[in-house]
Parts: sequence; C-alpha cells; structure tokens
Amino acid sequence: MRADVLVATFPHVEGLLRAVRQARREMLRVYDVFAPFPIHGLDEAMGVRHTRLPKITLVAGLTGLAFALTLQFYANVLDWPLNVGGKPDNSTLAFIPISFELTVLFAGLTTVAAFFLRARLYPGKRTWLPTAGVTNDVFALVVRKPATEAIHRRALALLAECGAASVTESEADL
Amino acid sequence: MDRLPEGVTEPRWIAGAPTLAEVTDDIARPLEGRPGKLWWVCFGVAFLCLLDLLGMSTYLIANGIGVWGLNNSVGWAFDITNFVFWIGIGHAGTLISAILLLFRQKWRTSINRSAEAMTIFAVMCAGLFPLLHMGRPWDAFFIFPYVPNQHGPLWVNFRSPLVWDVFAISTYFTISLVFWYLGLIPDLATLRDRAVTRGKKLVFGLFSLGWNGSHRTWARYEVVSLVLAGLATPLVLSVHSIVSMDFATSLVPGWHTTIFPPYFVAGAIYSGFGMVLMLLILTRQTMNLQRYITIRHLDSMAKVLLLTGSIVGYAYASEFFSAWYGGNLYERYHFINRATGPYAWAFYLMVLCNVLAPQLFWFKRVRNSVGMLFVISILVNIGMWFERFVIIVVSLHRSFLPSSWGMFYPTLIDLGILIGSFGLFFTLFLLFIRFMPMIAIWEVKGVVTDQLGHGTAHEMPETPKTPDEAVTHAS
Repeated sequence: MRADVLVATFPHVEGLLRAVRQARREMLRVYDVFAPFPIHGLDEAMGVRHTRLPKITLVAGLTGLAFALTLQFYANVLDWPLNVGGKPDNSTLAFIPISFELTVLFAGLTTVAAFFLRARLYPGKRTWLPTAGVTNDVFALVVRKPATEAIHRRALALLAECGAASVTESEADL
Repeated sequence: MDRLPEGVTEPRWIAGAPTLAEVTDDIARPLEGRPGKLWWVCFGVAFLCLLDLLGMSTYLIANGIGVWGLNNSVGWAFDITNFVFWIGIGHAGTLISAILLLFRQKWRTSINRSAEAMTIFAVMCAGLFPLLHMGRPWDAFFIFPYVPNQHGPLWVNFRSPLVWDVFAISTYFTISLVFWYLGLIPDLATLRDRAVTRGKKLVFGLFSLGWNGSHRTWARYEVVSLVLAGLATPLVLSVHSIVSMDFATSLVPGWHTTIFPPYFVAGAIYSGFGMVLMLLILTRQTMNLQRYITIRHLDSMAKVLLLTGSIVGYAYASEFFSAWYGGNLYERYHFINRATGPYAWAFYLMVLCNVLAPQLFWFKRVRNSVGMLFVISILVNIGMWFERFVIIVVSLHRSFLPSSWGMFYPTLIDLGILIGSFGLFFTLFLLFIRFMPMIAIWEVKGVVTDQLGHGTAHEMPETPKTPDEAVTHAS
C-alpha cells in the first residue's frame, strides 16, 4: 500500500508512547510504529488487535497429531501387520511419542510460515525504512498525512510537544 | 508483568548504561573487525580436530565399524556415549531460550543466542554418531518411514524407541533451527542497515527478509516466539526422555529403570549449562563482551548448575537404593560392579565431577570467580561424558550370564572420533561468534531500556531507586 505519511522520529520510548496515544485521541490515523525492539504497552496504545496466529498453531498441531496417528495405524494395522514381540498391531500407547513429536513439528513450522506470510517477510523483499536508524536506535511514528492544513498544523504541534526529534513528509510503502 | 515486592529492586543485567546505539556497536564490532589472537589460536586447534574427524570417519566408513573397540558383550560404547552426551549439551540452549523465556527471566537475553547456536551445533555432532554407527551412512534414509518403500521391510518399527529417537531428534533440530533463525532476523536487519560492503548488504538483506522493525510485525513476532517457546519446552523434555527410553525399555541391569527420563533430562540440562558456561567465558574473554555477559550471568548459571547437579547426585543415590531395595540379584550385582568393578575409576570420576564439584557453588566467591567457573564447567563436561560411559559400557560389559562378560577398550579411532566431534562443534561455534551477532541485540536493547526506567507502559519509576542507579542515570 502506498500512502502519503508524516514520519516523526523519537529518541526515547516515552515520548513515542505519549505521541501515539495523543495522535489517536486527535483522530490521526496511526499507520505503524517502527522500533529496534518490541515496546511493551504499544499494542494497547496503538489499538493493535490480538494476532490470530495461535489458532493456526492449534489447527496445525491437531493436523500433525492426526497425521502421525493415521500413519502409524495405517502402517502397522492396515498395510503390513507385523508381529513384533507379541505386541498388538494397534499399539496406540507406543505411538504416542511419535505423535507428540509430529504435533510439535507441524505446529511450529506452520506457525512460523504463517507469520512470514502474514507479516509479508520473504527473501528478496525490498526493505522500506521510514527513516534511517530504526533498526538501531531511532523510534519512528508513521501517521497518515492530514487532509487539511489546520489538522496538519495541530499534528505538528502535538508531535513536537511529545518530543519528536524530526517530522518529515514521505511516501510510505506499508 | 514484573511486579516485585517493595524494597526489592530489579537486578541490573547489563553493566553501566549503554545507549541503544552503543549496544549495536558493541555487539557488531567483533563481526566487523578482525578477530584477535586468542580466536585464531582456538580456531586453529578446533580446525585441526575437525580434520581429524574427517580423516577418522573416512577410515571408519572405508573399513567398517570393526575399527572401533566394540565386541559381542559391549555392542554400544563410545558412539552412543557421544551421541547422548552431545544431545544433552544441546538441551541447555533450549532451556535458556524457551523455558527461561516463559518464566520471563531477563538474564537470558545476553546468553540465549549463543546457547541456541550451541544447541544446533551439538545436535549436529550428536547426529553424526548414529550415522557412523550404521556403517553404511548412505543408507541412513532407511530410518525414516517413506513410500514407496522398496528396500527390505516395508515400514520402520514404530514401537521401537530408536525410531522415536529419529522423530524426536529431527523435530528437535528443525524447531531449534527455526527458533534460532527467527530470533536472528531483527539482528540481521540491524547488521544489514549498518553494512558497508556490497556482499554483506546482499547476504544480510537476503536473510533479514525485508525486516523493518514495524510494530505490527513485532507484536506478531512476540506471540510467535512465545508459541514456539511453549512448543519447544515440552519438546526438549521429550527428547531426552525418549533418548533415555533407548535404555530404559530394555531389560539390561542398570538400564531397566523408571527413573531414567527425569534423570536424563536433569543430566542433560546440567551438562548443557556446563558447556554454555564454558563457551560464554571463552566468548566474553575473546570478544570483550564483559559488559553484556556479566559476573551476574555467570553467577545465575552456576546456581542452575548447583541445582541440576544436586538432582543428578540424588538420582545416582536413588539408583543404588532401588538396586538394594528391589532385591533383584542382577540389578544388585550391577551396582556392586559399578562401584568396585574394573570400571570403578570411571564411576568415581563421575561422582567427583558431577556430584562433588558443583557443591562448591554454594560459595559466592566460587560463583564469582571466572577461573573457578571455567575449571568446574570443564569438570562438569568430563563428568557428564563419564556418566553416559558408566551407564552404557559398565551395564553392558557384565550383564546376565558370566559367560558373556567382557571388557571394552577404546581404539585410537574411538578416541579420534570423540576428539573430532569437539573439533566440529568448536569450529562451528567459533565461526558463529565471528560472523553472527552472538548476543541478541534487540533483546538486550529491551533490557537496557527497562533498566533505565522507561520503555514500559507500566508504572516504572522515573526516579532512580537506589544510589547506584542514580549514578548511572547521571552519567
């Protein structure tokens, strides 16, 4: 998505958090915040919804479990029953370790794959940085460029009051 | 989150009060400069051992596993000992990265990256041994169930703990690798953005997947990390439990016991922490990272060693107790033989290193002396290797019938491959600390920010709590 935005940079976290809260109160559209590490409390401030990724974990885990049980049952009972030490063909208890491992394997790999898809992270992606240094020591707040001059002025005042080091207009690739 | 009782202050895990840019610089500097003399010396020795591994395994594959000292009585010896040893080493990495993450232990942030790397390299070393023991490693794929199967029996025996092992260890390796890579992505992006050469920009750019520090991504990232930690925690416990079942499901005296799974898991964490401690001391000395890997970190790890070492000691004692109390003749003989037989020296070496040595960690002065920690961490590793030797070789060499008793003497190839596996491990680890951020830059930044009293939405005091903090605040 291409959008005209204001990028405000902050040297510290508190100014950023204050700016996010006030910007939302002033009905400015907060697109995103860029930071070198995850900031606690920013989810609530930005109003980020809880991710649905854990649901995918559950579904993938259950798929792995079903696959493992089916594979072992099919191999040992349906396809080629083999008497090993007089144990029953369907030795469900002995199938549990492998079922557990495949549950974890499916759940883990699928969750990470789903995360990469959802966050649109892939090799060869062109990196868009709102400003240099967001992976080092700069915090950047990206808000939609206000439509009117009056709101624009108010936004600039608000950001400056929260301690923004710089505010620039830019075209974002969100 | 971290609400502490009144009067208790949050410990400071990073010395001084580095700014965020300083954290990046400090951790990235060793990757951008030239390594010191000490690194080259370590790397030279490790690489020689790796060459030894290559030569020895080539000889082994060419001649068959008869070149090992195995015989009819002792059909498993160094190979499985080394396998269990290396898998155990790996466990500390997952414990630090996953279990301590779930417990919100902040001190893990300085050490988790290198511990996770250690896990991956240790599991690689471990995987080598079953592969070599097959004698025909090119047929290794037989151990996986695959269709259509045109070689011999149609399916693997899903009831066998050895097949469980295959699943457990390949899952463990995969999940550890993914977890490690996931943790690296933000740091790779940091390195990409400060890279000056084209090559580095390209490589880091490729592997950082276009990461730009977006908080919407961070929010998901944290959830995914937690989910993976939640999956890795039971996984790591299952892996060594299953490894222990390779022994415990048999009838051999000394193996046939129900205490094995927890005993093996505690031993694995114990040996792994010993290895992490040793590696971290090497890393902080060779790469000048004393500011991030502080005495406090080493002190905490020593406490974990004390706890797990005591659990291991308790397990040893309980094995002897049940051998006596159980009234099984063979079991009782096995334990008398363990303590007085031809391999008694190995047993006493194990007790000395695993049970007695860590008891020194009751003293703060020992926990805070880098030299002592280094020596004891090496003792722990020696002891834990001998624990597996005692369990495997001593149990097998005199099992039920005296007519099938025998002795195991390692050959040069046995020893050479053991030394070689250390070569593989240390070569990989030294390359890792040379080319990758061996401390999680982004996680340390979070801890540094919390330490300064801002960075959280919770009521973190703006004013310093202690005079000590006041000084660092002012500076």
